[in-house]
Amino acid sequence: MTNRQIVIPGEIIAENTNALPGENTIKEDGKIISQKYGLAEISNELIKIIPLSGAYLPRRGNIVIGEVENIMFNGWLINFNGPETGFLSLTEVPMYVNKDGLEEVMKIGDMVIAKIWNMNRRGTDLSIKSRGLGKIEGGLIVKVNPNKVPRIIGKEGSMVNLIKDSTGCELTVGQNGFVHIRGSSIEKEILAKKAVLFIEKNSAQGGLTEDITKWFEENKN
Amino acid sequence: MAENFKRMDGRELTEMRPIAAQVGIIPNANGSAMFQSGKTIAYAAVYGPREHHPRSQRNPKRATLRCKYNMISFSVNDRIRPGPSRRSTEISKITEWAITPVLMLEKFPGMVIDVHINIIQADAGTRCAGINAAAMAIAHAGIPMKEMVSSVSSGKLDKTLVIDLDKAEEDFEEGEGPTDIPVSMTQSGKVTHLQLDGKINKEELKEAIKMAEAACKEIHEVQKEALKNVGKLIEGGKK
Repeated sequence: MTNRQIVIPGEIIAENTNALPGENTIKEDGKIISQKYGLAEISNELIKIIPLSGAYLPRRGNIVIGEVENIMFNGWLINFNGPETGFLSLTEVPMYVNKDGLEEVMKIGDMVIAKIWNMNRRGTDLSIKSRGLGKIEGGLIVKVNPNKVPRIIGKEGSMVNLIKDSTGCELTVGQNGFVHIRGSSIEKEILAKKAVLFIEKNSAQGGLTEDITKWFEENKN
Repeated sequence: MAENFKRMDGRELTEMRPIAAQVGIIPNANGSAMFQSGKTIAYAAVYGPREHHPRSQRNPKRATLRCKYNMISFSVNDRIRPGPSRRSTEISKITEWAITPVLMLEKFPGMVIDVHINIIQADAGTRCAGINAAAMAIAHAGIPMKEMVSSVSSGKLDKTLVIDLDKAEEDFEEGEGPTDIPVSMTQSGKVTHLQLDGKINKEELKEAIKMAEAACKEIHEVQKEALKNVGKLIEGGKK
């Protein structure tokens, strides 16, 4: 059984419990205390807090969508709305690039899908070495609240697959709140965009999968 | 203590002005809040954690909290000159000190959290309203905090202890005159900030802090409700 409620920092979520403190909580004298504003998921074993708002904080392994901000002598600086810009090195590009020809691959202002492969004191390093990563050619980019990204993806990608099947578009969801939509026609892309924005708006409700199925039936034509 | 002391606006000695709060009023900010106490209105917006510029001011051990308190030129009857002043710089610093103890800044080394506080309308107690709004906005921005902070000004008019002074009371000139004691507290009663302007003895100061503690509890309830109902105006305090 899980119980959900909004909690504020310093609020006592549970007293005299055997539950373990999960993300963003601490345990003191048998009390579980919140340390963040968000949605608390309370079960008998674990209590954790899912943040509802706030800036995007990058983590290793995240897929992000960003804009080329500057070209350095050995790579590109990518702005992905994180606390600092990411660096995409030449060695993390899966092809041969001439040192004088960086601009021919990606210009300032181009959008890139990249993966955060390393984070250290010096900065965030990006890579485009896996499948599905690289420069974006065509399509739409929608910006949503980064905290709503898990709802857009759904359980094991169920929500994203639903949009893909219903609209015939390809979707890439960046953890930083950017969604790239690529379809065969602009109408299909706009339908997918509206679906993404619908999910963002109604993410607080339960049973979202049924709602979106119904929404597609109403808006399909 | 004078038993037959009457406050100018007819409030009880321990009665605050009516308060109101709303969270999520500035869509562009990562977190935002409004706090109103009587005629005093404060808006706070939080941006970050984000990259700290200039680089030379970075703290590699923890994030920096950077508060900016500003009174809008039309916030008082006589227009005040816009821009930073000695007073606003002081209050910005005070706000930082009042809030820093509850933040876990070591989680974001080398970054900065910007808090902008704007006073739209001023009727005394602006720094307290600013701290209340800033605490809600920081929580709304999803920054980890140990507790919430609430702030109220306690005071003494001649020989009578009162809570939440307004502008007319601050200008009270009879007898010993006014003493203003802004206090900020966490919900567990730990004092994070205390200022004192005027004269007061030890026992009275203890009593004044006790009164502030009770008022902070009421403010905390309103802050809590506002955070749980984003976008809704929550009213509180005795009428």
